[in-house]
Amino acid sequence: MKLKGKTWKFGNDINTDLLLPVPVVFMPAEEQAKHVMEANRPGWVQQVRPGDVIVAGRNFGMGSGRPASRAVKGTGIVCVLAESINGLCFRNSVNFGLWAMEVPGVHAAFEEGDIAEVDFEAFTVRNARSKKVLKGRPFPQNLRDILAAGGIIPMLDAQGLLLPKLPPRGAAPRATGR
Amino acid sequence: MGMTMIEKILARSAGVSKVSPGEVVTVDVETAVVIDLNFLPHDWREPKKVWSPDKCVVIFDHIAPASDERSAILHTTGRDFVRNQKIKRFHDVGPDQGIAHQLVADFGYALPGTVLVCVDSHTCSGGAFNCAARGIGGPELIYVLATGKTWFQVGTTVRYEFHGALPPVLNSKDLIIHIANVYGDHATQNVEYAGPGVANMSLNARRTLSTMSAEISAEFATFEADELCQEYLRSRTDRPFEPQFPDPDASYDDVRTIDLSALEPLVAYPDTIVKNGRPVREAAGERVDQAFIGSCANGTLDDLEVAARIVKGRRVDSRVRFIVTPGSQAIYREALRRGYIADLMEAGAVVTASTCGACAGLSAGALAPGERCITASTRNYKGRMGSQEAEIFLASPATVAATALRGTITDPREFI
Repeated sequence: MKLKGKTWKFGNDINTDLLLPVPVVFMPAEEQAKHVMEANRPGWVQQVRPGDVIVAGRNFGMGSGRPASRAVKGTGIVCVLAESINGLCFRNSVNFGLWAMEVPGVHAAFEEGDIAEVDFEAFTVRNARSKKVLKGRPFPQNLRDILAAGGIIPMLDAQGLLLPKLPPRGAAPRATGR
Repeated sequence: MGMTMIEKILARSAGVSKVSPGEVVTVDVETAVVIDLNFLPHDWREPKKVWSPDKCVVIFDHIAPASDERSAILHTTGRDFVRNQKIKRFHDVGPDQGIAHQLVADFGYALPGTVLVCVDSHTCSGGAFNCAARGIGGPELIYVLATGKTWFQVGTTVRYEFHGALPPVLNSKDLIIHIANVYGDHATQNVEYAGPGVANMSLNARRTLSTMSAEISAEFATFEADELCQEYLRSRTDRPFEPQFPDPDASYDDVRTIDLSALEPLVAYPDTIVKNGRPVREAAGERVDQAFIGSCANGTLDDLEVAARIVKGRRVDSRVRFIVTPGSQAIYREALRRGYIADLMEAGAVVTASTCGACAGLSAGALAPGERCITASTRNYKGRMGSQEAEIFLASPATVAATALRGTITDPREFI
């Protein structure tokens, strides 16, 4: 997998409450993306274009297990590059099909708006402006397979392991009349 | 070269003799905890067959009892799942209700030497029982329910060796703020809590520390299962377990010694606990609108006891809302029997049913813009408890109770 996109820069410790505030967790998935980073960078979501890339500092996505990576993907962002990525956030990114790589030195190597060329086979990132190439931390093929499938749920569906998705409903019918 | 505590647990769960940092290992899951938030309509997909219903626990905690139609539907979906998949260990709204990580402790669900997973980031709580317990997010939990397996990237480990005992009124909350102050976050690292001082820590105290390890971004946080821990578990479960101890020649990123007796009450300032704590005496005088005790970190009987002791016979400041949420209904009942609840309520506290509640801004204690809260819960990120323009100070239950009395941040030692 190779991709290329315009970068948006964020700092260290971008947490899950900034990515996906609690009240937003209850909104439909397509609504959630509209609220990403609204506390720290209001209006940013409206500027993101499909295919853009986030470049962040240390410990991106620290905090909760909520589906923040799906919301980030919903903004149009296709890839997160960070000095380090919180373990739970990285797992959610893989499972929601949001490409992500830990790349030491990436924060200093990019100015916002630079184009990043990312290679998930060689695990490299190139800055198209400066021509600088950085080496990322590799992860195994089975995780890349999940990403390529668009996430773990599509993969489980393809394996026939899940019941069909049903609309939400109220209580199950009762056995007796009342 | 030997293995650290977490490496031993992961190797055992992967069925291999050795794992090393950097490796991605596939492990067998011993316990999967499903909570009400898993059943959100846009997130939930039910497996055709849960790999082992006997290894599954279902707990309604984030919004329990349901507060609106939306959360009521989470619960009906969850009850369908429990019925369809014939899951026996089910904590619905009722006498066995409680916060998932508290119930995992109360019912002995976290078994030493095994892997326990749940969507929620504070699942690391179960590390107090020598369990590789970790939050894995919603989609991965569905994968686990379908297959019984998950993967972990093995991180490097930092070992903490505790000596001495915490002074009276101090809590593991003060200890974690100290660790976060001195050493910063532990992203990509595991932490191993050990040393002779652990013997002076109750299981509740250990669990507060393992739970709060999510706030220093630890991958796993584990204790050894000493005799106290093993006896406790044997009184609550007849499932077998094999505690895992670190090898003497294990390799660590760092080994750090902390003298527990030298600590003083600390408070973390708003937005993070990392490098953001100060001695309570230096923060004294900061005004608050609300004081909260609860959550999976500090809703234990010990926490209610110390809070009741501090406020007994006194009055909560009239400008402060003092909200207390026991970690489980069983803790609530025991606190009632012991008179703690009466002491708290007579002083002016509002005591709620056991739920995650105010800790995550979900119910019973959310904050408005410009408001300030001091909390003995888990997390103080911007927006965590309601408004993104509210400020959240984080401290021990004793500090929160003392602050509720005065209306400004107060050192609890003044009241003991």
